[in-house]
Amino acid sequence: MITSLGSLLAAPLSRRKWLAAASGLFLGLATLGPASAADDTIKIGILHSLSGTMAISETTLKDVMLMLIDEQNKKGGVLGKKLEAVVVDPASNWPLFAEKARELITKDKVSVVFGCWTSVSRKSVLPVFKELDSILFYPVQYEGEESERNVFYTGAAPNQQAIPAVDYLMKEEKVKRWVLAGTDYVYPRTTNKILEAYLKSKGVSQDDIMINYTPFGHSDWQTIVSDIKKFGSAGKKTAVVSTINGDANVPFYKELGNQGIKATDIPVVAFSVGEEELAGIDTKPLVGHLAAWNYFESIKTPANTAFIKEWHAFTKNPKRTTNDPMEAHYIGFHMWVKAVEKAKSFDPDKVIEALPGIKQANLTGGISEMLPNHHITKPVFIGEIQGDGQFNVVSPDDPTKAKLVPGDAWSDYLEGSKDLEADWVTLKCGNYNKVTKKCGGQGS
Amino acid sequence: MSGNPLAYPIISALKDGRLYADDDSKKVFIKGTDGKVVDASNGQAVATLPDSASAVRLNNRLRRTIDAALGSLTLLSPDASVRIQAAQSVFKSHEESSLAPLDAALKNETNDTARKALTGARAAVVLFKADASEADKLDAIATIRARGDQEALALLSGLPGDAPPAVARAATAAMASIKGNLALWSTVQNAWYGLSLGSVLLLAAIGLAITFGVMGVINMAHGEMVMVGAYTTFVVQETIRTSYPAAFDYSLLIAVPLAFVVAGAIGVLIERTIIRFLYGRPLETLLATWGLSLILQQAVRTIFGPNNREVGNPSWMSGAFDLGHITITYNRLWILCFALAVFIILLAMLRFTRLGLEMRAVTQNRRMAASMGIATSRVDALTFGLGSGIAGIAGVALSQIDNVSPNLGQSYIIDSFMVVVFGGVGNLWGTLVGAFTLGIANKFLEPAAGAVLGKIAILVLIILFIQKRPRGLFALKGRAVDA
Repeated sequence: MITSLGSLLAAPLSRRKWLAAASGLFLGLATLGPASAADDTIKIGILHSLSGTMAISETTLKDVMLMLIDEQNKKGGVLGKKLEAVVVDPASNWPLFAEKARELITKDKVSVVFGCWTSVSRKSVLPVFKELDSILFYPVQYEGEESERNVFYTGAAPNQQAIPAVDYLMKEEKVKRWVLAGTDYVYPRTTNKILEAYLKSKGVSQDDIMINYTPFGHSDWQTIVSDIKKFGSAGKKTAVVSTINGDANVPFYKELGNQGIKATDIPVVAFSVGEEELAGIDTKPLVGHLAAWNYFESIKTPANTAFIKEWHAFTKNPKRTTNDPMEAHYIGFHMWVKAVEKAKSFDPDKVIEALPGIKQANLTGGISEMLPNHHITKPVFIGEIQGDGQFNVVSPDDPTKAKLVPGDAWSDYLEGSKDLEADWVTLKCGNYNKVTKKCGGQGS
Repeated sequence: MSGNPLAYPIISALKDGRLYADDDSKKVFIKGTDGKVVDASNGQAVATLPDSASAVRLNNRLRRTIDAALGSLTLLSPDASVRIQAAQSVFKSHEESSLAPLDAALKNETNDTARKALTGARAAVVLFKADASEADKLDAIATIRARGDQEALALLSGLPGDAPPAVARAATAAMASIKGNLALWSTVQNAWYGLSLGSVLLLAAIGLAITFGVMGVINMAHGEMVMVGAYTTFVVQETIRTSYPAAFDYSLLIAVPLAFVVAGAIGVLIERTIIRFLYGRPLETLLATWGLSLILQQAVRTIFGPNNREVGNPSWMSGAFDLGHITITYNRLWILCFALAVFIILLAMLRFTRLGLEMRAVTQNRRMAASMGIATSRVDALTFGLGSGIAGIAGVALSQIDNVSPNLGQSYIIDSFMVVVFGGVGNLWGTLVGAFTLGIANKFLEPAAGAVLGKIAILVLIILFIQKRPRGLFALKGRAVDA
């Protein structure tokens, strides 16, 4: 039977039929917003998946953007013009991201786009933004090794999340043995490469590092969890650094809890697990496991309390959590507004010029700044999972007075990347090689 | 330990997050498990907590210290399970100060398991005690060697390098013996993991074995039936949580029949409205059911939101127990039993009931069955409903180990087809054997090749196998094949 499945799919007529049907379906879902707009409105593109695998994470970001735009309009818009959101659904389909980005820029004539979650979707839209010269704000922590003129990275670079987390474990938990567990794609692979080089530079031997990759959506964690248990019984304090992405985390944590691995024995520090992901599980067996982010819902500042209150009012759901990428959009959106006001124009070229140097208060008491390398300064927090699904910040001692770390596009711990520098203000280059003094090293 | 009677309540309250500190009055309060509040400095009852008091937060380092402190404090607890737990934490912390309470506890210990745990803990303390005699340390190593588990290995490998040579030698020998022993056990463990993965595959595939295997409908919406079952579980649990929290442990028992009915009803509806017009046109069926699966996913996303929904484990499905040196988690064990039970019931149904007989008759020779007076279209609808209903109850079980999200079904559809095709289309036994073979093969490949390569290797093996035997493990023979 299966032999005929392949030929069934290849049958040309019906395939076309199906495509027509499917794209009809997607179009129907995508064109929810109002189509026509008056001349005195400025359009803002929102490019987040509302269906497919990534909908779980990205739908929230679409909602927060709508809230921010709504709020800005109540304050009178920008430069006297009202803002209008254009929402499209790239359906967790990477090539579709590029198509939808093109549609936003050429058809809807948006001034700026907020969007993407996975690195592969960002890579897929890059050429479009370069070709059509528009602006993308990317709100998610990522692997670094990139700096583009048209992209502003409001999420964390590895030196703003991964490396401080490892430092914390070394210092506070005296960890000597490391499990680097991740989903098999570009972000975990690059992050683990950086972490491996970093750990070795700190004198950790190869025998004390275990690297493990799993497919997307992996759900059977029995073998890996018992391997971790085994690896951790070598008499040295062991920790797991997890770059496991999305849905696969829930069964992973369930298995940890069931096999009785407690945070006091082998702590797990995660880079992709936030309040949103924890909402789907009973966190009592996970108390004490860690996460590193630049924002936690539990940090008490007046700005954060107001943001959470507004979010609950906007979504009409007092249980909705807030998370790190939402704050990144909050910062990014306000930076864009300030840059437009500074440039007195919505023209992308002028806004790109104006953005570096713009300062915006983040939600945790600090002032973030857009740097010449198109990354921002961020505080780094380590939080422990609590029984109620929230995080208790354990580092730094007073989260509202945290030191801000500037985002570094090119990691200092990788060969080929440590000589590179990104500077769009003076050097006008995203990959300037400090040794050869030339623009155009590795990457684009 | 100070011997203060409040030491234990304070530390255990700190551990459970029931210790409150008030910055204004500089006082500390204990909130009892019964909700009563006590001033921690003198043990006197306080009417209510001051508003400014907040729970004392912990981090891992404190938690470890607390566990160690509680270990020494609870060694003499009247409850044997508490004593065993205490001995465990002393075994890990092996602090010298625990030796006296350990000896005291050992003196009156009557429970065998507790005694063993206490002896182990004592050996751990002696081994790390700087001034213990060499003979004592060798005895201690022998005791730890007899324990022979991961933790014993961890303890021995953490032995400081300045130990006397005889002790170091004994420790190395003990470690080698424990490692050899554990390697054997890990084979047993892989086999168990394989069975457990097999049971999940079986559950996911068994509904498809009916709709695709018996009826020949290429049902791409099968995974969504599993998802519908999982969401039914979620709704049942939500209702129970809000209205009858005491009945939470029975939530799954209620969810199983409900999921069968809901998914089965959707199945019948799909068959009546879509699939019945497409019999004999596999291509159109494939496309229609695929489209249907997208519609169902988006419908669930619209109704319940795109986020994961929390489905809790009832108490009898949480935790694990040790069998020898392997850990068996209760949820996996129950899922294995459940998968086998579903299989047996389904097999019995097909074999012994009238509906089962009619189903077999219709699938073997539709026209002949119709001539005999069987309402074939009614049987078609019921068969499809049965397959969908079984997918629904699989969803109840899978909600216990996986995410309940709109994408739940997608992650199982490929595996399900793989199992049915590998096992042989149209044969339930083939599905059973196929699921367990694939599960066990996967789990023995995984430690060697890693999860990603292991999965690829399995797919390659199946492709090779299908080349050799296109009809799968258990091929149907006779005229039914061509029907």
